[in-house]
Amino acid sequence: MTQALRGFFLERDYLEVETPNRIPAPAPEAHIDAIPSGRWFLHTSPELCMKRLLASGYPRIFQICKCYRDGERGSLHLPEFTLLEWYRRDMDYGAMMQECEEMILYVARNLGCGEAIMYNGKEISLKLPWKRISVEEAFRRYAPLSAAEAMAGDCFEEMLVSHIEPRLEDEGPAFLYDYPIAQGALARAKKDNPRVAERFEMYLGGLELANGFSELADETEQRKRFAEAIRIRSAAGKAVYPMPENFLQVLGSMPPAAGVALGVDRLVMIFTDSPTIDTVVTFTPEKL
Amino acid sequence: MYTASDLRKGLRIKIDNEPYIITEFNFVKPGKGQALYRSKLKNMITGSQFERTFRSVDTFEPADLREKRMQYLYKEGEKYCFMDNENYEQVFLTEGQVGDAKNFLIDNIEAEVLFFEDRPLGISLPNFVDLIVTKADPWAKGDSVSGNTKPVTVQTGYQLQVPPFVEEGEKIRIDTRSGEYLTRVKG
Repeated sequence: MTQALRGFFLERDYLEVETPNRIPAPAPEAHIDAIPSGRWFLHTSPELCMKRLLASGYPRIFQICKCYRDGERGSLHLPEFTLLEWYRRDMDYGAMMQECEEMILYVARNLGCGEAIMYNGKEISLKLPWKRISVEEAFRRYAPLSAAEAMAGDCFEEMLVSHIEPRLEDEGPAFLYDYPIAQGALARAKKDNPRVAERFEMYLGGLELANGFSELADETEQRKRFAEAIRIRSAAGKAVYPMPENFLQVLGSMPPAAGVALGVDRLVMIFTDSPTIDTVVTFTPEKL
Repeated sequence: MYTASDLRKGLRIKIDNEPYIITEFNFVKPGKGQALYRSKLKNMITGSQFERTFRSVDTFEPADLREKRMQYLYKEGEKYCFMDNENYEQVFLTEGQVGDAKNFLIDNIEAEVLFFEDRPLGISLPNFVDLIVTKADPWAKGDSVSGNTKPVTVQTGYQLQVPPFVEEGEKIRIDTRSGEYLTRVKG
């Protein structure tokens, strides 16, 4: 699997990079908790370091690495998991959705699966292009209230999990796009509608596989969002991380770009038709 | 006090003053959103089941459940009477609460009675009990093909299938979990 992923990016002139796993300041996000390592933290994603590389002039970079998130354990979650993350200059989230679907199809052909895979008793056709459904449209179609009402009523996640994701399973591969701005801490707001972020999630067989967005490159706006996340964290009694100053300082010189993070373990689940993430790793935390 | 991150299958918690057991549990976390704890719960008194989604800020009280070893005394109408041999306190359980265990209740047998606070909820018996066969057809010689069984009735009125050689008046051992015959017991 990792060989196929590497092949895809190398063919498209991406440079494979490695950034430190242990960092002094993870991105402050309201609902992502870092695991402390000494006085620093294990990274929750390589996002900040990779964006600094973008800012320093690398136009196309990718990385396959372990990431760590405290308290995340379920049939689709491990506190230590493998992430594929990539960034491309002069692209927006729309172009990245296309690159995502091309990548999955490339992997499928490379692994000898052709253009269709079996997952969870259903055949999934990977033929391009995949469906694209805006968050607003998905709520209109499947949920009892609108996305805006769900955000106002503080039940966005509940609606997504109970009404929308189960229906996406029947839709085949799909992209959900244009998330409420509060759900895209590092994403750029849409030009003609600043209440939504240019962010998407890729779903395959009902599994959320990848998250991508047009990158926010405005230092003032990013600082404001981090401060808000820190406020939410502190009000909830959660650990507060230092402001990632070195990242913020170069953000202004970052060119327009888009990036995607994909859960490699879940991709392996899909291609091996595994019901839980436990079956695709050598050892779960409970077995160590 | 439990928080949502303590939830797991089998945990017993108190909601609105009633005990619930978690029968299914999964952690989900959509995208950049907050973690949700999707659970199926079963009311330990009524047996009714429902689904509920919790958030990480939710807290729960543990259900105060205890098991007490008690002796079965007698049945009165639809009520089964058990006594604590230490303080001689007596409690009554309904037929529904006793469940299938009623098939194996003989006078003076000891059982574990489950209490929620001061309310008895149910009982569990030892895995094996020995009961006397009170009614059985005689063993017809020649009917000894292996795999053959015949119905008998034991002293509690419970009927089960046993090998054809079991005779009236004999004592047999029964597995209380499956209700099945295990062996003959001497004496």
